[in-house]
Amino acid sequence: MNVQSPPEKLKARDYATDQEVRWCPGCGDYAILKGVQNTLAQLEADPKNTVFVSGIGCAARFPYYMETYGFHTIHGRSPAVASGVKLANPELDVWVVGGDGDMLSIGGNHTMHAIRRNVDLQILLFNNQIYGLTKGQYSPTSKIGTKSPSTPLGSIDNPVSAAQFALGVGGTFIARSSDILQKHLPEVLKRAYQHKGASFVEIFQNCIVYNDGAFKHFTEKAIQDEMQIHVEHDQPLLFGEDKQKGLILNKEEMRLEVATLGENGVTIDDIAVHDETNRGLATMLAQMDPPNFPVALGVLYAEAAPTYESAVHSQIDQAGKDAGEADINKLLRRGQTWTVE
Amino acid sequence: MSEVAAVERPEDDRTEIESAVVRFAGDSGDGMQLTGSQFTMTAAIAGHDLATFPDFPAEIRAPAGTTFGVSAFQINFGARKIMTSGDQLDVLVAMNPAALITNLADVKPHGIVIADSGAFTDRNLAKAGYDENPLENGSLDDYRLVKIDMTRLTVEAVKEFGLSNKEALRSKNMWALGLVYWMYGRKRQASVDWLQAKFAGKEDIANANIAAMNAGHAFGETAEMPAELGTFEVEPAKIEPGLYRTITGAESVSLGLLAGSQLAGLKISFCSYPITPASSLLHQLARMKEFGVVTFQAEDEIAAAAAAIGASYAGSLGITSSSGPGIALKMEAIGLAIATELPLVIVNSQRAGPSTGMPTKTEQSDLYQAVYGRNGDAPMPVISVSTPSDGYEVAIEAVRIATKYMTPVMVLTDGYITNASEPWLIPESGDNDPFEVQFRTDPENFQPFMRDDDTLARPWVKPGTPDLMHRIGGIERSYDSGHISYDPENHQKMTDVRAAKVLGVANDIPEQECSVGEAGGKLAVVGWGSTYGPINRAVSNMRDEGLDVSHIHLRYIWPLPRNLGELLGSFDKVLVPEMNTGQLKTLLRDQYLLPAEGFNKVNGKPFLIGELEDAILDRLEN
Ligand SMILES: Cc1ncc(C[n+]2csc(CCOP(=O)(O)OP(=O)(O)O)c2C)c(N)n1
Ligand code: SF4
Ligand SMILES: [Mg+2]
Repeated sequence: MNVQSPPEKLKARDYATDQEVRWCPGCGDYAILKGVQNTLAQLEADPKNTVFVSGIGCAARFPYYMETYGFHTIHGRSPAVASGVKLANPELDVWVVGGDGDMLSIGGNHTMHAIRRNVDLQILLFNNQIYGLTKGQYSPTSKIGTKSPSTPLGSIDNPVSAAQFALGVGGTFIARSSDILQKHLPEVLKRAYQHKGASFVEIFQNCIVYNDGAFKHFTEKAIQDEMQIHVEHDQPLLFGEDKQKGLILNKEEMRLEVATLGENGVTIDDIAVHDETNRGLATMLAQMDPPNFPVALGVLYAEAAPTYESAVHSQIDQAGKDAGEADINKLLRRGQTWTVE
Repeated sequence: MSEVAAVERPEDDRTEIESAVVRFAGDSGDGMQLTGSQFTMTAAIAGHDLATFPDFPAEIRAPAGTTFGVSAFQINFGARKIMTSGDQLDVLVAMNPAALITNLADVKPHGIVIADSGAFTDRNLAKAGYDENPLENGSLDDYRLVKIDMTRLTVEAVKEFGLSNKEALRSKNMWALGLVYWMYGRKRQASVDWLQAKFAGKEDIANANIAAMNAGHAFGETAEMPAELGTFEVEPAKIEPGLYRTITGAESVSLGLLAGSQLAGLKISFCSYPITPASSLLHQLARMKEFGVVTFQAEDEIAAAAAAIGASYAGSLGITSSSGPGIALKMEAIGLAIATELPLVIVNSQRAGPSTGMPTKTEQSDLYQAVYGRNGDAPMPVISVSTPSDGYEVAIEAVRIATKYMTPVMVLTDGYITNASEPWLIPESGDNDPFEVQFRTDPENFQPFMRDDDTLARPWVKPGTPDLMHRIGGIERSYDSGHISYDPENHQKMTDVRAAKVLGVANDIPEQECSVGEAGGKLAVVGWGSTYGPINRAVSNMRDEGLDVSHIHLRYIWPLPRNLGELLGSFDKVLVPEMNTGQLKTLLRDQYLLPAEGFNKVNGKPFLIGELEDAILDRLEN
């Protein structure tokens, strides 16, 4: 409330509130908060036109820490609340923040529909593969065998892949990053912001208390180059310490394979080139899992499409034009009327 | 739009009657609802007061000829004030055996039964469960039975248009309508105009329907009609002069919401999920786009409520609408609107429950849900619609309270009101005082939960306003600043102020008056919602017989009007008829510690005047 209209560019810290941040020390959410604040500063986002909407969970505390408009709603419903905000005022930049339980379990339905309608929202899913706030039960993204208070012998149900889900429901922008990738994350978030329509970003987030190290098999320093591929549009899908590894498309079997440049006669020309407008390729990238494949990060898919709220408002505008002057007194008298003398 | 002069004067010796109740009943494919609404329109044009009750099957395409596929439309019209669609039928038009067997019980002793004998085939008789043909076996001797082979006569009347047999039979309802028009000396022009407009571009169909209607009418005029079938004259009612239309509850509520939004200076965001009988509201609003109305068919009721709350947060008028099961789903979100103190209008078109219950049958059993049905101490104003036209004023009032007090408001209507219609003296939008919303824009001393001294409402800030960025949420918040607070004293204070704010609405609504009778006496009959018509008529009738009874009808369910306790205390007895098992009764007992007594029924149908008269007599005699 105490930020005056800025004479010059805002810095990342100008997007922070005076509220004490209440996540556990070492929680990945801190890094994401910093990443988002950096992104807004780089975008020169206007705080008064920025709204953060969240559900319930550790991740969903996010709006309290952003010096913008914010609405901490109820568990799972943030995509629906945010859709209402955007429909009522399409001029606002609306960000949605939530955890894997919030957005894929209780709110999976709303996440699906906000994405498929293509409401112009930035939807940030903080995936820690656990229910943090309720003290560590397994979540719909937890790996099979996750031991938790509610699954002492290990979880038995198949996890959902957030990115594949978003692709499957017709998402027009699907990207991935991670809490610890402080350079990568703002770049991805900027692309999400610039995309008109529902931008779905899965951010791998470490819950240091209840699921520490859930992502270390691809985020640990020693193996990160081998186990991550940062995809970029129109660029060959290369990874590895010296970018000596790449993905080739096995056209006969319609799947990706890992190859090493120089081995078996593989050259750079054999390496598949990322095309973020290709949903099939994006789906194959989203499916990749260590140890046989690296995890694909970056913008997996982006497609220009009309947004839901613009279509809604263009129907309204057209109806207004067709009607000339909309007069409620005429509407009250529409249809058969009669006069009693 | 057509303005039509008074009734046709009967040439022949018509029997003069004060009012009549007619029900058209047939297969759901027989077009009974259209027939009924045409008859309604014509009765209205003839200057009668009237009330209607459409009753259609739950199944979309129930098998033809079955009892559960029967669709009926009832109208009560007359030269006096009409309060209900009528207890008993003067005339039943039965288009097939199933329609006869399911509706006969409602016909008055010696009432008129007009049956399409052509549809009483062995097959149809069997489907309806008749062992023998009731038109032939004397079982209807207590009625004035008129058997006409409308099936054959219709096919003959439309022969020249070269329609298939099936298409030709679609005009059977118009043949029946023509005959009933003749009985009551009605002009047909309005229906001719309507048919031509409805089937514009399908001349053959329009002409066939018109020919069928004319043939039915001519049959009455020329045929040797059985003495059973009388012709009647009903004088125009004494009605306040002005321009009228018929209106259903769904129409009045949707128009009232639009009018309310304009009075508040807001655009509507109407978010809903289809459910019987609430969907018609969504359909109505979806056709008001030229007024800037956003309608959003959400993925479920929870999303609908959530999106409406998001829209209110963004500075538009968030409205959500459903019926009982959907309202249950919305409750957590409504709690969020209560906690964050955002305006929201929730329209509940009640139906018979619990669970799926009887979707097409009416009930008023969501009062508990509306007043009490949330987690935590979560008070919210609740107001109710009493008649099909009343929805207009009630919806405006809901918008006024929601925006002035920054609170959700629930409007209770029901399946009966939603579909029933009555004539309506059309208001001007300028008849109501505006209550334009003042959004907070001043950053000086701004705190999101700082309250207005008078209303206790917090300021409403649109995102996009400079220098007023703030956060709100469902976690308990500090009294002024709105920051998260788990402080016990603060929670007490916030709980108290939320309750006080809602109770304060009682100072901003009219004192309760009696609809009929004096304040004070032997018996008060207290109702709310769609029981208005039957209670009003029953109490009036009993007063005409010299009994000391008054009718009190509540629009405001929560908070209750500030003088209600005193008013009820001035009666010896309080009787509360409700289409539930006693929900308002419980509320009144709780609030006023008075021995209010219930009179309850839940058979999916509105109260009959007769059963209320008996209940009143019973209370006054014992
Ligand atoms: C209706 C409802 N059900 C359950 C809860 C309890 N609850 C709060 S947060 C949460 C899950 C949190 O997990 P996630 O969304 O992954 O967020 P995280 O805490 O991991 O960031 C649950 C079950 C609630 N607040 N509301
Ligand atoms: S419980 Fe886990 S996710 Fe929640 S704040 Fe602590 S570390 Fe972060
Ligand atoms: Mg989680």
